[in-house]
Amino acid sequence: MSLVNFTTREITCKIVYYGPGRSGKTTNLHYVYGRVPESRRGRMVSLATQTDRTLFFDFLPIDLGQISGFATRFQLYTVPGQVYYNATRRLVLQGADGVVFVGDSQARQLDENVESLQNLQSNLLEHGIDVRTVPVVMQYNKQDLPRELILTPAELDDALNFRGVPSFAADALHGQGVFETLKAISELVLKRLAAGSPA
Amino acid sequence: MTSTLNPKFTFETFVVGAANRLAVTAGRTVAENPGSAYNPLFIYSGSGLGKTHLLMAVGHSAKALAPQLNIEYLTLDEYVEAFHAAIAAGQGDAFRRRFQNVDALLVDDVQFLTNRKEMQAELLRLTEALQQAGHQIVLTSDRPPAEIADLDERLISRFSGGLVVDMGIPDYETRVAILRRKAEERGARFQPGVLETAAGVEFPNVRELMGALNRLVAFQAVNDAPLTAEAARQVLGVVEAGVTAASPTAASSTAASSTGDEFSQFLTDVTTTVGKAVEAWRARVAEAVLRWEGEGYRTARLEKLLDQDNPAAVDEAIAAYIHDVERLRALEAEVQALDPQAAGEKVFRDPERMAEAEAAAAKVRDGAAPPPAPSGAFPLDSYAAGASNDVALSAARAVIAAPGKKYNPLVLAGKSGLGKTHLLNAIGLELMKKKGAVVACLSTQAFVDELIAAIDGNRVDWWRARYRRATALLLDDIQLLAGKDRTQEELFNLFNHLMDGDRQLIFTAPAHPNTLQGLEERIVSRLEGGLVAEIGDPDRELRRTALERILTQQKLKAEPALLDYLADRPADSVRSLTGLVQRVADAAAAQDQPVSAGLAREILEGQPPAGSGGRRTTGLRTSGLVVSSAGGVRSREKMVWDWPSASDRLIEDLR
Repeated sequence: MSLVNFTTREITCKIVYYGPGRSGKTTNLHYVYGRVPESRRGRMVSLATQTDRTLFFDFLPIDLGQISGFATRFQLYTVPGQVYYNATRRLVLQGADGVVFVGDSQARQLDENVESLQNLQSNLLEHGIDVRTVPVVMQYNKQDLPRELILTPAELDDALNFRGVPSFAADALHGQGVFETLKAISELVLKRLAAGSPA
Repeated sequence: MTSTLNPKFTFETFVVGAANRLAVTAGRTVAENPGSAYNPLFIYSGSGLGKTHLLMAVGHSAKALAPQLNIEYLTLDEYVEAFHAAIAAGQGDAFRRRFQNVDALLVDDVQFLTNRKEMQAELLRLTEALQQAGHQIVLTSDRPPAEIADLDERLISRFSGGLVVDMGIPDYETRVAILRRKAEERGARFQPGVLETAAGVEFPNVRELMGALNRLVAFQAVNDAPLTAEAARQVLGVVEAGVTAASPTAASSTAASSTGDEFSQFLTDVTTTVGKAVEAWRARVAEAVLRWEGEGYRTARLEKLLDQDNPAAVDEAIAAYIHDVERLRALEAEVQALDPQAAGEKVFRDPERMAEAEAAAAKVRDGAAPPPAPSGAFPLDSYAAGASNDVALSAARAVIAAPGKKYNPLVLAGKSGLGKTHLLNAIGLELMKKKGAVVACLSTQAFVDELIAAIDGNRVDWWRARYRRATALLLDDIQLLAGKDRTQEELFNLFNHLMDGDRQLIFTAPAHPNTLQGLEERIVSRLEGGLVAEIGDPDRELRRTALERILTQQKLKAEPALLDYLADRPADSVRSLTGLVQRVADAAAAQDQPVSAGLAREILEGQPPAGSGGRRTTGLRTSGLVVSSAGGVRSREKMVWDWPSASDRLIEDLR
């Protein structure tokens, strides 16, 4: 899927929220869903287990309308975080224009974060994509939890963000940092337009 | 009577968005080439979306590009009023003439044609007249033609025959642009976010949007502090959509005031990013792609530009592309005239294959060299007129005056040697004098031979095309078609094609077509469908005129006595007169004498030269002794043809 179609004058951005289980990916989407006027959003598709865990994926289409003469659409996806759903993750990752890595700020979840990040890298490689060429931003979620339980954004940057991509502290449940993250990934993705290399 | 164009309503002041881009592009195209691009152009949209503005913009732009153009803008109501006034004043014809002479007619609000039968008829007539003359018509309505209640089917099809485009409700970005421009026009400045808030409301039309702007301007004027986005929302009574629809699991605890704008903010950011990303050149190229693709041209070359990171000389590339497209258009138009079938070829729509298109056009051009023209040896002036060919000649003159209109086809029937070929060629020569005329004039034999050669060379298509472009087809000796089935078939089709286009057809035949053997019924019936003008044996007057001409041609002195003598001799054709003159002339040359009546008599009647015995031919022949019965009276009407019998006259005298 091409990001920009000049002939039909369409821009379609596929953004995948990636990260370990229970890090807050679906919460991000829910928050965005709540902020998008009804006329501009499609039906949010959520395939969840009984305990509200993402079983397959969440999908939220957003229609941004005509921008510079281009019909612009965003498609936000989440992947299931649990280790055993890797096939699904790989599938969802296919054709992604950008990735938001939603990390869990809790100190005890650090290993899961690292593991998930490695998993992202290897899944992208399976699609023949070098993670260094894909727009990625980091979001350190659950920053609202008590200080003693979490790592600071700086610590998380040290641990996870060795490529130095934009990173954001967030409290997805209350919306803090959600749109900042979305905006950052959108900018990275859309700037590739200027480079003239549709993903 | 006619409204003047509002100077404010130009393309420059028209805000273009996705919802009206097509209509504006079409409008611009029409303004650039009135009468040739989309005719009629029918624009429809809901009220207050810029129909009138666009219509006037077309008028302004066309006028600016070609100031000599006569452009009329008026609403349908004005048109109706003007028509009624003209009818009341007994000036109906003048009214029609006036509108038929405009180069571009812009009619607003044609939906009011509903229940106006007489105006529909009038407009239908006008549309037809304007279209035929290649003049532009642009119409606007609040609904598509087919949805105008009670509209004549013919008008619907006419209106739909050009281009029907609609203009939708402007999208968010367009609304912002409109508000910014209008605010600027009024010198009103707003804080960031105020106009965006107003634009966020989906007003059904631009007028209401202007109403919103007016309210904002008014509120800002009465308050000391500039209006904030929040205040604007209250002024306009905007209800927040996003917050109320928040999903149950998230954001329910979030304060609405701080987050309500998150999405708008995001949208603004994305818009900025995209705006920067889609560089201006890409927009220009994309626009060109859209436009030419819409017109049916391949745009691969332009699309290739978009694949590049930073192509050099984009504008030059676009200009070159347009240049090529224009050339293709010219070629296609040329080919269209020569061979409509060939014009549909894809190669004329692909600027990547210019060379092929040129070659294809050249091929058609070669193939469609003009068909054989009439011979210059038969001018109409030298055609001898007389009672025997009076009907044919007057028909010929009628045909020359109005080809294809009066007698079509015209069949000149008569025996051999009566001047059919002469008359045929003479008509052809006269028809050729008309502008743009392509007169095909040839013998049926040559026609058959050409077809055979075309079949042989597998070039029947262009052979057809060659004749199809003729504005008149003149075939001599149509009886030679007898038994030539294929030629009859081709002629049948050609006949129909030419008749459909009101082109003149003229044939010559030795007799009335229905007596000709070997012609298919469908050909005969078509030949009889026009006028069959029979040419009789030359009458004396005609013979005399013809003789005079023949003698003059042969540089012999045409003495009246000689003319009278020769003219009195029976002759069944003009051609035989030539033989007669030739015999006399040869003899005169042999005897080294001038050609005279006496000599002619000697030679033709076998009378020996003077002094050889004075033997006279017996019989009733009185040639040379009798004064011409016509006595120089040229008018048939003045001649007494039926003398009363002598006995009747005697009785009359005795009374």
